[in-house]
Amino acid sequence: MVSAPVTEAADAAPEGDSVATFAGSLQLRHVDVGSCNGCEVEIASAFGPVYDAARFGARLVASPRHADGLLVTGVVTRNMSGPLRKTLDAVARPMVVVACGDCAVNGGIFNDSYAVEGTVADVVEPDVRIPGCPPHPEQITRALRSLTGR
Amino acid sequence: MSATPRADHAGPAFTDRSLTVGLFLVALGLALAGAVAAIAFPGALRVPAAASFAAAASATALVASLEVMISGRTVVFHSMSVLPLTGLDLALDPLAATFIATAALVGVASSIYLIGYARGAMRSRTAVALFVVFLLSLLGVPAASSIATLMFFWEVMALSSMLLIIVEHRHHAAAREAAQWYGTITQVGAASILLGLLLLTLHGGGQTFADVAAHAPSLSPTVRSSAFVLVLLGFASKAGAVPLHVWLPKAHPEAPGPVSALMSGSMVAMGIYGIVRVGGDLLHGGTMWWWIAVVAFGVVSALYGALHATANSDLKRLLAYSTIDIMGLVLIGVGASGALAATGHPRVAQLSLVAALLLVVAHAAFKGCLFLAAGSIERATGTRDLDRLGGLIRGMPATATVFAIATFSIIAVPTLSGFSSEWLLLQGLLHGFVDHSAATLIALLLGVIALALTGGLTAVAFVKAFGIAFLGQARTATAADAREVAPSMLIATALLCVPSIVLGVVPGVVVPLLVRAADVGLARRGPPSIARGTGLALTGFRGVITPALLFVALGAAFALVWGLSALVARRKTRRLEAWGCGREVQTARMQYTATSFGEPLQRVFADVLRPDIDLEVTHESESKYYEQSLAYQNRVDDAMERSVYRPVIDVARRFGVAARRIQNGSIHRYLAFGFVALLVILVVLA
Amino acid sequence: MTAPVGYSIGASLVQVVLVVVGGPLLIGLMAKVRARAEGRVGAPIHQPLRDLRKLVAKERLHAQHSSVVLAAAPFVVLAATTVAVAIAPLVTTHPALGASADIFVIVYLLLSGSVAMALAGLDAGTAFGGMGSSRAMTIGALAEPALLVAVISLSIQAGTSNLPAIVTSTLEHPTLTSGPTRLLALVAFMIVAVAETGRLPVDNPSTHLELTMIHEAMILEYAGPDLALVTLGAAMRLGLLFALAANLFFPWGVAQGTSVPGLIVATSALAAKAAAIAVGVAVIEVHSAKLRLFRVPELLAGGFVLAVLAVVTGLATR
Repeated sequence: MVSAPVTEAADAAPEGDSVATFAGSLQLRHVDVGSCNGCEVEIASAFGPVYDAARFGARLVASPRHADGLLVTGVVTRNMSGPLRKTLDAVARPMVVVACGDCAVNGGIFNDSYAVEGTVADVVEPDVRIPGCPPHPEQITRALRSLTGR
Repeated sequence: MSATPRADHAGPAFTDRSLTVGLFLVALGLALAGAVAAIAFPGALRVPAAASFAAAASATALVASLEVMISGRTVVFHSMSVLPLTGLDLALDPLAATFIATAALVGVASSIYLIGYARGAMRSRTAVALFVVFLLSLLGVPAASSIATLMFFWEVMALSSMLLIIVEHRHHAAAREAAQWYGTITQVGAASILLGLLLLTLHGGGQTFADVAAHAPSLSPTVRSSAFVLVLLGFASKAGAVPLHVWLPKAHPEAPGPVSALMSGSMVAMGIYGIVRVGGDLLHGGTMWWWIAVVAFGVVSALYGALHATANSDLKRLLAYSTIDIMGLVLIGVGASGALAATGHPRVAQLSLVAALLLVVAHAAFKGCLFLAAGSIERATGTRDLDRLGGLIRGMPATATVFAIATFSIIAVPTLSGFSSEWLLLQGLLHGFVDHSAATLIALLLGVIALALTGGLTAVAFVKAFGIAFLGQARTATAADAREVAPSMLIATALLCVPSIVLGVVPGVVVPLLVRAADVGLARRGPPSIARGTGLALTGFRGVITPALLFVALGAAFALVWGLSALVARRKTRRLEAWGCGREVQTARMQYTATSFGEPLQRVFADVLRPDIDLEVTHESESKYYEQSLAYQNRVDDAMERSVYRPVIDVARRFGVAARRIQNGSIHRYLAFGFVALLVILVVLA
Repeated sequence: MTAPVGYSIGASLVQVVLVVVGGPLLIGLMAKVRARAEGRVGAPIHQPLRDLRKLVAKERLHAQHSSVVLAAAPFVVLAATTVAVAIAPLVTTHPALGASADIFVIVYLLLSGSVAMALAGLDAGTAFGGMGSSRAMTIGALAEPALLVAVISLSIQAGTSNLPAIVTSTLEHPTLTSGPTRLLALVAFMIVAVAETGRLPVDNPSTHLELTMIHEAMILEYAGPDLALVTLGAAMRLGLLFALAANLFFPWGVAQGTSVPGLIVATSALAAKAAAIAVGVAVIEVHSAKLRLFRVPELLAGGFVLAVLAVVTGLATR
């Protein structure tokens, strides 16, 4: 049943400002505010066997109450801006916001749409930005590691 | 008027036999005075005056019965002036005193409760007088020591409680139906009891209990068994044993608050008293099979009651089914005790009976408290339906606290009374396995299974009752506007929490008194199976718990965790909207209701509960693909009532309709009937 | 023989510390086994401890419509579980208050914890809280009886329902451990342990879909230190149940005397046994899918029947 893991070896741990607070343990609540799900596929891969972000202490949780922050994907659409604000309010402080993907960071290809309210920065200043359309799972993992310090 | 003591071991020096009897008679006299006050006093004075007399009567009776239980001696009283033909015979022995104390305990609280509760129809002369008379009869039934006295008080109890149920019938139409069922079943039961007791006086022998007990060994086993079966059926129906229980879930919810408390707390206990007195004391234990039958009643009642409690969302009906459940457990204890005594294990038998008696007392306290609190809820919100309540803890914090204590007690949270009594019952069953006869083993095994299963089911039912009624958001405007009830009602409800805590933390204080009562019930004097002390330590078996130490340990653990948390977790608490997945609007209707809470269990046990699920769809006239309205109904009726009683009633009704053909109004036919009947009698007499 | 009070209290403290630290470690171990089976490296075994430490430093959040019940429930759960751990015979047969360490006491302390959590779920005033409470109480209502009856089968063999006495009696009669009573009771006990601790196939501890949650749904409202207490309470419950399974059925290694080296040996033995049970349960988890909610009562009914059979065989082979 158990053979050797297929996980890629990890580089040295990167530095980050929030390491002291979330050293070794970071739970994130994923919020899709208007994504095409490309970033979600990459996030799933980041937590999958090959990249395995869990070994650095990061985990996705179901409730924002249980989370240390939000992992936001997609551009902020009008319909989801209210729920995003409620979700932000529902997280126990101290918290971080991770904007994942070009849409969350700068609007990406949906920038000029009538259904879009803005980027994540228009609602709350993200602590970590992960550029890319979609970002590579390694980039996602590195961003998480900058928060957990492992 | 005479008071003759029996020669017994020495007790406390200050007690004088005539003092105890005098106290008890004073209690009865005070109750009578209360009934008179109820009729004589005008409007505003009526209820406080009558209730004060009733409370004083109960308190006096409580003191008298405690005196008997502590000293262990029996006192008797006989008077020819009350019941002219047969005389009134009273005897207070430890067993009777236990049940009088139980009734008195609930009586004090109910009387005080009545002061704040009585409104409208409940303030009338009849209603208040009946209440006091009901209380009087509850004190009299265990004290009776002759068949006539017992039946006198029994009938007064039945009649007064039946009339009390229909006090508010103008507001609740269901009360009339409840009173009909109650009246019928209780009268049939009384007839059965009377018949059984009279069988014991066959071929001579007086009608006092002492005479019956002396005469019983000379009767044939068939007569004794038949008598026991008749008496068992009557008393078991009073105790709410399935399948004779159908009146209980109808009557207890419809009765006014304090009356429900008395009915559920002490009246059902009278059924248990009767079985122990007649089977154990008067008939000296009988054969093993009698008690196996009692255990069978108990197992079925416990499981049936617990299941139906989880499926009901009417608060008082839930409590009524829970009464059936606990009385089932008591019957298991009584039956196990009798069976073990009959097969020659007196020590375990005593243990089981003490456990059953402790459960009776504990149940009276916490069930009385729950019914009084339910009455308070009904006063404050106007409804008993859990699906319309919610968030009451904010408007009624005191009621919430006492309801919580009683709830934890009935769930058997450690260091409360329910836990102590169920532990003792389990010990009685467990150590009863020492017997080797297959029937007893199977009965005890079924008892253990019932005890285990009902523990879990009761937890579900009462988490539902407390959680849906008091916690979360209010589901209707009336629930949101609920305010705390009158102080007299609060004091009365809180009063009944005290025994729950005392019996839980220091059960060893009360249990030795129950050992003496159990000895009377087993008609033998044996070494106590439970040692003196604050906890419960079995002697002769390995088993001990010290709830007082557990209480201290739990308190210390709670303080430790709380202190550590305050030290380490320094951030302030933030109050905010509940997490609803970010949806814009969250309403009280999105919460779980009592029906939905119990629904998984209802589905699991659908074969037993047989819920009546119906979906009625009315389509739009233009197209059958559009619905105009939907009506969904999910009703859990009493399964026994639907599958057994109603068919029988239908058959009887059809028979009655068919029999009407005999009454066709023709004089000739009636004369012919009379003639034929006369002929038959002449032939038979010849 | 009775042990001096100081020894008993010391041993109980050792038990509490062991379960407080070991419970989360067992959960981390089970997560590691799952990760390895999935071909991942997975989080380190002490990850749950890291999570608890971080949670303590966060802020507390209380739902708007909640009352003192939601605020107090985490403390009640932890207090009840701590007392149960302290008095159970885990490393020694003379724990503090060992005389009151009755199976009824332990089962009902655990039940009190469940009741507190269920009430907290209802107090939140949300749909998920009620759902979690309802499901957790339903499963508890069917699981607690099986647990009680399974250990009663052991009580019949030992002649008492006192847990330290049962452990002592098993050590004195080792041939009992391979009898049919013990095996049936062990299977029933493990089914209940899986249900009570919310593991697959009864409940998926790492699900994100609220409609599939049982235990998690009750605690959706908790944050920060409250969540830490609740999570620790759940971990301690798992540790207690696995440790009891180890000691009631395979008690070798438990300290029967009053020596400190005996305690050290007992601690290591218990850790090894509990870890072995945890790995076993994790392997079964990896190979199971979560049962439909209304299939769970069938599983628990099966466990109950096995427990009853254990009692029957215990009576028959006396």
